[in-house]
Order: sequence, then structure tokens, then C-alpha cells
Amino acid sequence: MAVGILQVEHLTKRYGGLTAVNDVSFNLMEREILSVIGPNGAGKSTLFKLIASFVKPSSGRVVFDGEQISGRAPHIVARKGVVRTFQEATIFKGLTVRDNVVIAHHLRSRANLLGFYLGTATARADEAEFGRSADEILAFLGLTELRDEQASALPQGHLRALGIAIGLATNPRVLLLDEPFAGMNHDETMRAVELVRGVRDRGVTVMLVEHDMPAVMKISDRIVVINFGQKIAEGTPAEIQKDEKVIEAYLGVEDEAIGM
Amino acid sequence: MSNSLKLAGALALIVVLLVVVPVALSTTGRNDLYYTLTLIALLSVASAGVWITFYIGRINIGQAAYALIGGYVSAILVVDYGWSFWLTIPAAGVVSAAIAILIGLPILRLRGVYFAMVTLVSTEVARLAALALPITHGARGMSNLPPPGPIAIGPLTLIPDFASMADTHLAFYLLSAITMLAVFGLVYRLVHSRLGRLFVALQQNEELAASMGVNIARLRIIAYAFSSFLGGVAGAIFSAISQSVYPNSFTTQDSINFMLNCFLGGLGYVFGPMLGTLVLQLGWNLLSEAAIYQELIYAIVLIALMLVLPNGILSLLGMRARKAAR
Repeated sequence: MAVGILQVEHLTKRYGGLTAVNDVSFNLMEREILSVIGPNGAGKSTLFKLIASFVKPSSGRVVFDGEQISGRAPHIVARKGVVRTFQEATIFKGLTVRDNVVIAHHLRSRANLLGFYLGTATARADEAEFGRSADEILAFLGLTELRDEQASALPQGHLRALGIAIGLATNPRVLLLDEPFAGMNHDETMRAVELVRGVRDRGVTVMLVEHDMPAVMKISDRIVVINFGQKIAEGTPAEIQKDEKVIEAYLGVEDEAIGM
Repeated sequence: MSNSLKLAGALALIVVLLVVVPVALSTTGRNDLYYTLTLIALLSVASAGVWITFYIGRINIGQAAYALIGGYVSAILVVDYGWSFWLTIPAAGVVSAAIAILIGLPILRLRGVYFAMVTLVSTEVARLAALALPITHGARGMSNLPPPGPIAIGPLTLIPDFASMADTHLAFYLLSAITMLAVFGLVYRLVHSRLGRLFVALQQNEELAASMGVNIARLRIIAYAFSSFLGGVAGAIFSAISQSVYPNSFTTQDSINFMLNCFLGGLGYVFGPMLGTLVLQLGWNLLSEAAIYQELIYAIVLIALMLVLPNGILSLLGMRARKAAR
């Protein structure tokens, strides 16, 4: 049995009368790829925001590495090693591809803000190291040729890759990917699947929220299924495909949608 | 631009402001222009502060409040507590920054037009506070402020007593020009440091910056406090020059002008607020010939400029560079 790195415990989020996430619990194992799936409006995105601490839970908690992270500021949670990417291609549009990744190294800097301003030796050493690391990450994600492009000029698929590059640059232990395959064609998706596997092989635990069922079935070690805010199933892709409750939840979308 | 070219540009600016302008004005006998140029230098210092809040993605229409606070802090410390004027300059900046931190903590959560509206109100709040508080001497304000005293280390006089001068115009001009140069040096350094990169990250997307572990609340406060510090410094020097400060020394109209200076010069350029202030202030003075049509012409020219050059006057430089590259 692998070691659990992040525990979701009885997590609940209510918005007025609506319960978006209802008593969800599961365990994220070190170095696994876990996907959260569910029909539209099932509460996946809310769950995602709860784990990254962009939203505070109504009850329940999230524990990372033995320490409660829910309720703390997002930048604190990121510093501890739980980093999210965003659903839409959220990047710093006005900066170059490389600068996006360099800035994302912020967490690793040893110099303080005053050091940044004065340009102390530490700050400059940081800067040089971030540049090297950024170049390495861009090469890993196949973005080297685009490094000097304005980020706003990138096509969809590369934007997603840049989003992942930004996430990687923060040196996370758990990377939360919000719909990394949305808006991609089949070939792009297959490339992105390989990328995510590569990220995991670097020692990062990956949790993703995704609609693209074939991709989810292909990539995941385990899957958690959410419907109407509640967890209805959890297991390997093979187990999920056979699960009656899951098939029922997706009824109308037909079997094809869950990759059978 | 290469580094040596930048250095040459900076040196040229210093020489022009501190040598060429004074020599030219004294040989032509246009001593009256000193006051205009002094004003432009001070207003551009306050505008540089507004520019920094733009740099983190906030529209700040409240800088006059901090200039007013700075003016009062300096006047009160000099008159009621017997401080040297020179010490009140940093003190005014620090008090303005401290108040900005208190106000900024709640309001910097707001974005876009909401933040702008709150800051717009703040100048009026500062004016009413100046009217109501006992320490600010009410509606008549404080007048007949003494001129700045000397600074001396032992027998060496660094700055002579302003009261001993026949004409203080040149001295105040030099004080303001040096302050402006120092402030724009600081802002230039900010923009070209990693701290500046983080400010841009904030401007572009605060949530993404937070997800990278950037403490966005802290950076916003730092930027706003720095911005207000500059407003306070400008206000302090202004009160010494006009030898007075009263509740209407800085009004909402000034707040709006500080913002316009930034727009007009260019939000993407460190020296945008300096150029914007120069153009707006000189333009306004030139238009005084047009008497009752002054405001009309001024408004039309402003609108036209913003339509033609939405990224500011300095964006002309970028256009030429892009054309050359083509």
C-alpha cells in the first residue's frame, strides 16, 4: 500500500441552500494520478477549489502531509506544495512564455522582497537559477521554440502546456490540474496525457478534474466519481467502468462516454 | 536600449534639469517659469505614485488625499512641534504610507471600478477630516509657514537657510527637481527588479499569482504604501513652497489630474507620469490665453490624445521601433 499524501475528510461546501459538495472523503496516494469525474454541475470544480484552499469549506477538512491546509490562504497552501492550475488557460498574457515560467519560480526564491528590489547577490543568483530551471521545464514540455513569444499569442494546446509548466515551476508535491484536456483534439489530448505522465514520473502526485472520459480512463491510476456533490464511486478505471451507480449517473450520455 | 545608452540618457536628464534649465532661465530672466517647473516636478512625483498603483492593476483616483496628509504632517510638525522642515519630508511620506496601509487593508480587496470609486471618495474624506480635526486648525488651515532652515554638519553648511536667500525660486526648483529625479530612479529600479515582475504578475492575474505562492495581499499593500509615500512627500514640499496648507490645497480635481498624467504619458512607461504632467500642466498654462475656452479646448485635446494614443504619448517610441523592425 502506497503512502497517503493528502486526505479529503468529510468535505462539505454549501452556497446558501445549495450543497455543492456533500461529505466527500478520499485519500490521495503519493505519486499516483487520481482523476475526479462527474456530470456537469456535480461539484467537481468546487471540490477542486476547496482542496487548493481558494474556497473555505462549510465543514470537513483537507489534510496535506499530516497538516490541515483547508481554511488557509491559497499562497500558503501553494508554499506547502499543493499547487493548482486553472480551467481556462490562465496565464500572464502580457508576458513572454519564458517570463511566465520564470515568475512561477517565485516560491523557490531565497532572497526576500527587499533583496528583489535591491538586486542583491542572492536575488541575482536566484534569477539565474530560475532561468535555467525554466528553460529545462520548457524543453520538457516541448515549448522551447516558443519561449520568447508573447503568451497571449499561443494556440490552445500550447496554452495548456504552459499552464502545466507554470504549475511545475512552483516545484509542487501535489499538482491539481483543472480540465487539462478541455478543448483539445484527439492528438493533442494524447500528447497531453503523455505530458501528465511525465510530470508524475518527476515525482509529482497529480490530481485532475476532467470531462474527457477516454483520456481519464487512459491516464488514471484511480478515479473518484462525484454526482450531485456526493462521492458515488472510487476505484481503478476498470472498476469504475463496471460500476452500476456510475453508469446510472451517466445514463443518457450512453456507455461510449465512459469509454466502453 | 543598451545600458550605456540608458546611462547617457539619465545623465543628460540630470544635466538638463539641474544645469541647463537654471542657466537658461537666469540668462533669459524668466524667473517666473521656476514656479511652473517646480510645480510640474512635484505633481509628477505624486503622479509616479499613482502610476505604481496602476502597475499592480488598480485605478487610483485618491492620491490628493495623501498629498494633503503629507502637507499637513509637514506643516504641523514644523509649526506646532518645531521640527526641521527637512525631517518632515520623510515623516510626511511615512505617515501617508501608514494611513495607506490601514485604508488599503480593506479596500485593496476591491478591483476595477470599485476600487477606483472608493479612492475617488477618499480625497473628499481627507478634506472633510482636515476641516473637522482640531490638529489641522480648521477651515483657515495653516499659513505663514516658515521657509526651510539650513542643514549643516559642524561648520559645513550643506543647504543654506532659505530665509537668508533673496529669491527662493531657484532653491525650491532644485529641491523639487532632485526629489523628482530620485523618485523616478527608485521607480525605475522597482520596475526592473524581480519585485516589479511580481507587480506585473499581480496586474495580469492575481489568482494565478496566488497559486504560485505569491502573497498577493502583502504585495498590494507594499505597492499602495509606496504610492502614498510619494504623495505625502510631494504634499510636504508643496506646503513649504506655498508656505501654507489648508483643506482645499489638494482636491478631487488634483486626484483626477494625477491619474490623467499617468494615462497621458503612458501606463507602460516609467517616465510616463513625468511627461504626462509636463504636457498637461504646460498645456493648461498655455491655454490660459484662451480665457473662457480654456477648459473646452483642454478637454477636447485630452479626448483626442487618448483616442489617438490610448497607450500614452510614450507609446510613440514603441511604434517607431516596431516600424523599424518590420
